[in-house]
Amino acid sequence: MPALWIFIAVLVLAVLGFVLGRQRALAMVDGDSRHLHSLPNYYGFHVGIWALVPALLVLAVWLIVQPMLIDTSVQSMIPDTSYATDGELSLVMSDVRRVADGLDLAVERGALTVEEAATLDTGATDVRALLGNVGVAIGSDVQPEVLEAAQAYRASTATGNMARTVIVLLLALAGLGWALRRTAPNFRARNSVEKATLGLLIAAASIAILTTLGIVLSLIFNTIEFFKLYPASEFFFGTTWAPSFGGGSELGILPLFWGTFYISLIALAVAVPIGLFAAVYLSEYAGPKVRAVAKPMLEVLAGIPTIVYGLFALVTVGPMLVNVFGNEGALGLGWMSGGTAVMTAGLVMGIMLIPFVSSLSDDIINSVPQAMRDGSLGLGATKSETLKQVVLPAALPGIVGAVLLAASRAIGETMIVVMGAGAAARLSLNPFEAMTTVTAKIVSQLTGDADFASPEALVAFALGMTLFVITLGLNIFALYIVRKYREQYE
Amino acid sequence: MYDSPKSETAVQHAIKIAANKVQVYYGDTHAIKDVDVRIEDKTVTAFIGPSGCGKSTFLRTLNRMNDTIDICRVEGEILLDGENIYDKRVDPVQLRAKVGMVFQKPNPFPKSIYDNIAYGPRIHGLAKTKADLDDIVEKSLRRGAIWNEVKDRLHAPGTGLSGGQQQRLCIARAVATEPEVLLMDEPCSALDPIATGQVEELIDELRESYSVVIVTHSMQQAARVSQKTAFFHLGNLVEFGETSQIFTNPKDPRTESYITGRIG
Repeated sequence: MPALWIFIAVLVLAVLGFVLGRQRALAMVDGDSRHLHSLPNYYGFHVGIWALVPALLVLAVWLIVQPMLIDTSVQSMIPDTSYATDGELSLVMSDVRRVADGLDLAVERGALTVEEAATLDTGATDVRALLGNVGVAIGSDVQPEVLEAAQAYRASTATGNMARTVIVLLLALAGLGWALRRTAPNFRARNSVEKATLGLLIAAASIAILTTLGIVLSLIFNTIEFFKLYPASEFFFGTTWAPSFGGGSELGILPLFWGTFYISLIALAVAVPIGLFAAVYLSEYAGPKVRAVAKPMLEVLAGIPTIVYGLFALVTVGPMLVNVFGNEGALGLGWMSGGTAVMTAGLVMGIMLIPFVSSLSDDIINSVPQAMRDGSLGLGATKSETLKQVVLPAALPGIVGAVLLAASRAIGETMIVVMGAGAAARLSLNPFEAMTTVTAKIVSQLTGDADFASPEALVAFALGMTLFVITLGLNIFALYIVRKYREQYE
Repeated sequence: MYDSPKSETAVQHAIKIAANKVQVYYGDTHAIKDVDVRIEDKTVTAFIGPSGCGKSTFLRTLNRMNDTIDICRVEGEILLDGENIYDKRVDPVQLRAKVGMVFQKPNPFPKSIYDNIAYGPRIHGLAKTKADLDDIVEKSLRRGAIWNEVKDRLHAPGTGLSGGQQQRLCIARAVATEPEVLLMDEPCSALDPIATGQVEELIDELRESYSVVIVTHSMQQAARVSQKTAFFHLGNLVEFGETSQIFTNPKDPRTESYITGRIG
């Protein structure tokens, strides 16, 4: 039985368990639910949970562990002579799996009977052509040892699947039966259901945390790998970024880092004042009608995909800036030679960040208690004095948090940079020149035919790790600032 | 309904605020109906009445704090020293500097004690030098009867004080702008009896220089601190007179019911 069917069967059992549990609880008190410790539904949920959770947990573990075990045992069947490196072994293994899957498919389509499939011989049949007929393409002729391994693979998979079906269904039934037996009028079904809910909440929280941990670990391992191939000092202090896949690349992070910093700086210089002023207007001065229209409009900006901003940078803002600052530009300055520049990406990214700053700041300004404003107005302060001297200082920690959040976004932004700032890694002060950022270079190092063992590809992980450490530092700094002001103000 | 305060006490003070036929509407709700009141200088006037009777609303019309509420509309005239405060030429901001306000819940700004007090004098330019400002702060804190408790930590945050201290800080803050009238909206409702006692003592001292209007739910408090009492009921000013007369010999049966605890 495939896993999906097992899953559905367990679900059906759980629903059945719910109904049975509820009925049994009610039957025990002759239908008078006041004599039960909990509401009848809780008895139902209790039985349902016992039918569902242990069975699904085992199913999930089984789905992960079985292929691993079978792979290991089948791998040992393949003779050492047929592969030289681990990479080749994994190629052979993927052939084995394809052949095994293909044979299953052939049986399913009726091209082979079950016995024929089990007794297939490379000498007698052209397995490659046979599998090709059912739509499974194999790269080369099937070797006898591969076919043998595939047969073993099929056999153990079939046994495993059978055992899986039986055990999971039995477990669901056992859970159902056990929970049903425990159902009694004084059984605390509500408490036990709440415990299960708590477990669910904890599981959700740990998944988020474990995923973060996993991402960090994968970054760390690959970064360590990179630093084995490339000296860390040259990576961190090198001023040239010139990767060449033939070898002899120079992979200094400084030009990329400078590009990231410069573009983010321009973006924040655009977003912070505009966003903050917009927030002040919306929260303090705008009437309810204006607010009802303007706030959603502003938040639409946050919903635009960054690639669209990238297009906007490429097609509209870039040429516009060239018209002003370019060689033939209105000012005749000749500062800018092409549409892709730090300024283009920075401006567009700033526009993207406006809703972040304004929306968050608006909420924060609104959360300053009215009593504060009344106090100030009652002393004869004007609205703007109240705002400047009471409301904004009280909202400052939150606003700093909003700005730093926007900064994190700016540092991590990729698409606008790729399309607006160009791909040239250089250290320059001129904001009208093309530059690039860490994120854009991660993309260009990993897309294409990069060999994942070369420093040119692995550098992406080191770049990612550096970026992660920087944003993490920024977030910790934001927390620190917020806490510091909190202490002072509350 | 009421013409002029009957004088049982020896001193007759000048009229500071005169309200004539004041109506207040919140949208379609008629919250204050036809209120006439005379508030005297250097006197504590108490507004009493059951919850929702409009006494706080009326208090807030006296310094136009109701302007901050969009749906609120005021009709009739309120004269402060003979000048209608709802006249178009009157700047509500300047009015509020003259008619200070202390709120129900202590609301110190998230600033230091010093800056809380200096806030009003700074925005109104009352101090020319730092030394002037220091003087104003000290004087106000002394008048707020809190100087001795905070003189060693003037630069600690005002929000770190206890509830009673915060309320006295707010009173000191209101006093620092040199108002002529001080409005207090249930200033003791968030305080314990000891802090309440301190604030009441303070109100009694403030009477020497200001006209004080206090809204209170506690009839004992009204009897203790005020010389004049106004009883509001369902948006009407039912009775206004000498505090001693209201509490011992009320003219209106509704006043009597309220102070004896039968309504409200």
